[in-house]
Amino acid sequence: MSDAVLETRGLSKAFGALKATDEVSLDLRPGEIHALIGPNGAGKSTLIAQVSGALRPDRGSVRLEGRDVTARSVEARARAGLARTFQISALAMEDSVFENAALGALGASGRPWRFLRPVARDAALRDRAMAALERVGLQDAADTPVSALSHGQRRQLEVAVALTLQPRAFVMDEPMAGLGADGSRRMTGFLDGLRDEAPILLVEHDMDAVFALADRVSVLVSGRVIATGTVAEIRRDPAVQAAYLGDSA
Amino acid sequence: MIRENVLNAGILLAFAAVPLWALWADEPFTITLATRAAILALAAVGLNIALGIGGLVSLGHAAFFGLGGYAMGILAHHAQTYAPLEIGPLTIAGTKSMPVIWITALVASALVAWVIGKLSLRTTGVYFIMITLAFGQMLYYFAISWSAYGGEDGLSIYVRNGFPGLNTLVPIQFFGLTFAVLLAALVLFAALRSSPFGLALNAARQAPARVAAVGLDPARLKLVAFVISGAVTGLAGALYADLNRFVSPTMFSWQLSGELIVLIVIGGVGRLMGPVVGAALFVALEHWLGGLTEYWLIALGGILLGLVLFARGGVIGLLTGKAGPHV
Repeated sequence: MSDAVLETRGLSKAFGALKATDEVSLDLRPGEIHALIGPNGAGKSTLIAQVSGALRPDRGSVRLEGRDVTARSVEARARAGLARTFQISALAMEDSVFENAALGALGASGRPWRFLRPVARDAALRDRAMAALERVGLQDAADTPVSALSHGQRRQLEVAVALTLQPRAFVMDEPMAGLGADGSRRMTGFLDGLRDEAPILLVEHDMDAVFALADRVSVLVSGRVIATGTVAEIRRDPAVQAAYLGDSA
Repeated sequence: MIRENVLNAGILLAFAAVPLWALWADEPFTITLATRAAILALAAVGLNIALGIGGLVSLGHAAFFGLGGYAMGILAHHAQTYAPLEIGPLTIAGTKSMPVIWITALVASALVAWVIGKLSLRTTGVYFIMITLAFGQMLYYFAISWSAYGGEDGLSIYVRNGFPGLNTLVPIQFFGLTFAVLLAALVLFAALRSSPFGLALNAARQAPARVAAVGLDPARLKLVAFVISGAVTGLAGALYADLNRFVSPTMFSWQLSGELIVLIVIGGVGRLMGPVVGAALFVALEHWLGGLTEYWLIALGGILLGLVLFARGGVIGLLTGKAGPHV
């Protein structure tokens, strides 16, 4: 898989006796949505934290476009082209929708050390932020404070901030969480088109969304990947049925 | 409710009108009070950069205020004793020039703020408050034991330092000078807040994980804010020492750090004019209530309590009907 955009090799992390991540090797290929599913407590969040750089693995490596980024910080990985969205929206709640998107555009520009000229007069920053907001349909809410947004709109803004980075790969932690059936369908449609820009590592509980979107699925149970394959293969896999899908079927 | 811009303009006009009235009414002491308020406001505008935008509750900003004070005290002391300052091989002549003193105060405070910030910003919350307090106290006790510059008794400077083109001994001229510096600091604060740096810093206060996820380092943003903040408060210290023509270790005291926070909370945390309103109210209460009773701080405490409980945006928030940022 040398052409993988994002890749983990033998990633392991233990908290005391608990193996939260156990020899996980995954890859994210150009143009694909790779879904990561697993029951609660399977170690999805711990794995995402290691991929994004918030947590240092005990062993193994993370590669982004072939470069080893295991020792790099969250900021450095973001600058190298990794955009993540958060499971629980991590937005500047007192700021406006526009300001949150502009923060992403500012991060992408890599030039925060400008002290005197207002953001509002920086056309490049403004255009990039507004373009991302338009894509998720939040352009009319640009001046609304985030604290006044609905839950669904905050999820959209999460994605918009990631879009401003124009990343090489997305890591999305439950973008459908808490969305109604309608919102979930819209988000599914949006992510469907997004894979052509950059591949998506998608952690998701909404199985309808996973089966509709994923090119490949990896199943994480007790920190281990027990299967990786297409949706059809995963559905047929007896180990997966026993460990995971079984209890809802 | 009043629009914030209109309110801000009104506050500045009123602030400038008081000493002008005092000049007409021949009440020079009122001019001195207004100057004192302007300097405390300047110190608090500095703190407001770290506290209001960056969310850094520093209980050690007296360190910078004192450093500015001693920058003035030491340079002016060497000038009035005609003994040059010798640091190792370097021989520096003292000076009575305010611009030189100000630059020294700005640079010294910025350097110390960088060191204190670098070490303190590893912590957050209560630990950050305590570690900044500890650094402030270190400088306080150092000043007390620094016998070359008066130790506990401090340093008296006999004649106020000069500024080109002005007679700083005339109270209204010195007020004009401090007011101009305050205005410049307010312009800086407003510019910072709406700049790309301000956007990132403001987000780093609210959602540091997000700031990191877009590729910016929240700790570096806060460190730079702390350095700018300390430098402005240091400049205020130099002016304060010139107002009193006296420097002493009390400029480093933690009570002063606390007072600066109180000024900001009274006026409105993170608000452009919060420190100005807070400092004006503080000095006014200190003068009038302090003349009636030595327990005037009880009244100040009551006002503070009322504002914190019922008006989270301070006086500015109360008048504009908008709550301030949460720190």
